Amino acid sequence: MMEVVDNSYPGFQFSNFARNENLVAKGFPMPNSRKTGTTIAGIVFKDGVVLGADTRATEGDIIADKNCSKIHYLQPNMYCCGAGTAADLEMTTQLMASQLELHRLNTGRQVPVVAANRMLKQMLFRYQGYIGAALVLGGVDKHDSHIYSIHPHGSTDRLPYTTMGSGSLAAMSVFESRWKPNMEAKEAKQLVRDAIAGGVFNDLGSGSNIDLCIITKDGATMIRPYDVANVKGQRQGKYEYKRGTTEVLSTTVRPIQIVAETVKKVTVEEMDTA
Amino acid sequence: SACGVIMASAAVAGHSNMKSSHLASLTPQWMNSEVLTGTSIMAVEFDGGVVVGADSRTSMGTYVSNRVTDKLTRVTDRIYCCRSGSAADTQAIADIVSSHMEILEVKLGEPPLVQVAANTFKEICYNYRDMLMAGIIVAGWDKSKGGQVYTIPLGGMMVRQPIAIGGSGSTYVWGHIDAAYQPNMNQEETVDFVRKTLTLALTRDGSSGGVVRVAVITKDGVDRRVFLHNELPEFYQG
Repeated sequence: MMEVVDNSYPGFQFSNFARNENLVAKGFPMPNSRKTGTTIAGIVFKDGVVLGADTRATEGDIIADKNCSKIHYLQPNMYCCGAGTAADLEMTTQLMASQLELHRLNTGRQVPVVAANRMLKQMLFRYQGYIGAALVLGGVDKHDSHIYSIHPHGSTDRLPYTTMGSGSLAAMSVFESRWKPNMEAKEAKQLVRDAIAGGVFNDLGSGSNIDLCIITKDGATMIRPYDVANVKGQRQGKYEYKRGTTEVLSTTVRPIQIVAETVKKVTVEEMDTA
Repeated sequence: SACGVIMASAAVAGHSNMKSSHLASLTPQWMNSEVLTGTSIMAVEFDGGVVVGADSRTSMGTYVSNRVTDKLTRVTDRIYCCRSGSAADTQAIADIVSSHMEILEVKLGEPPLVQVAANTFKEICYNYRDMLMAGIIVAGWDKSKGGQVYTIPLGGMMVRQPIAIGGSGSTYVWGHIDAAYQPNMNQEETVDFVRKTLTLALTRDGSSGGVVRVAVITKDGVDRRVFLHNELPEFYQG
């Protein structure tokens, strides 16, 4: 049997690269991978951090998912917003969540946010940017409240406020004009909502709803959706055709007739447990 | 392929262009670009220690992804490094060297020498030179030779210098340091010289900017300072 994937060595497989180039040259374009065009953002406020994200996932020009969830769980005190290739984000955050849980069980204490940052950056650097995951990591631990921006090649920045994704410039303009240190929760939530809205309305790659996640020392609250910014319009009239609009000319009924019935016994081969 | 965040270096001869031909150009230019500009760093020895300084801009194409970056990274309590080039590469290298030095300190029972840290940087930067884009200045104080500055530019050579500059902004101040540098300055004069030089580099290089971060490393510890825009000297505005 021909092997589709050569598993003799671990890591990314580039053996189809020549074939793909050939196909493109012959006029068969590469299928677009599903990306999350995205606006994601995170800020530090008085009691912790607020993370925000839009909910549109695109495949080229088409919206593949109108309500996808871009704020991923890592630990009870840490969440991660993701922009980039949807599959890479899903796999990376799930892998990290499981690694962090093992870390928590190993050490017997709450995982510090720097640990998640370091594990993510070391993994992304190892893959030299081939994993298309741009993340905003936010969390609260016994030391402090943290927001980190993590780029696909493995560089990280610790900042009081940050944005990522195709709508990041629109969102950053909101932060740069209105962020202040030690904001109250209500003001902080409104600020993140407005920043994501900036991306939703001014960036084609972002849209639909706005999700928020507030993390304090007492725990995390996911609000999905926080704001349904784009409501689908109501149809004004009824566009169905009445019964009888199309005239029936003739009717023929041909039932499916059973010609023959055979019963064959299937012998189950017992598993060799010796 | 999309290239990440860059705080680049001056000399990039021989670096291959890694652009993929079939990538959709619907994504904005700054998400796909490979930009090789973005830093002014320097370090100066004085009697009793070293002064290191850097700007604070990290660029991703034409977008400034972090305007308050700290490019003066701690390797040990008395050894710091100034990073220029790819942010991902230099952060990863600094983390690795810092971890090696921590283990070495336990083995030796005393803080490691600046030369040892510089050599460790050099080993990584030279042996992986084809895969990395990192221009690093290592500076610190140890009890055997006092304040020392070692420069490790792109290809992985390492050399000790009394004054070292790096990054794309450094091209604008080679003449200034040749003319204005005096050996045997004291601590305050050195800090002032670093502040002045970085201001000149910053204001002419589009890819450097933000604030000027300075750290003074002596036997007594590290004194970190930040100079905001209004605290920088004013020069001919043209």
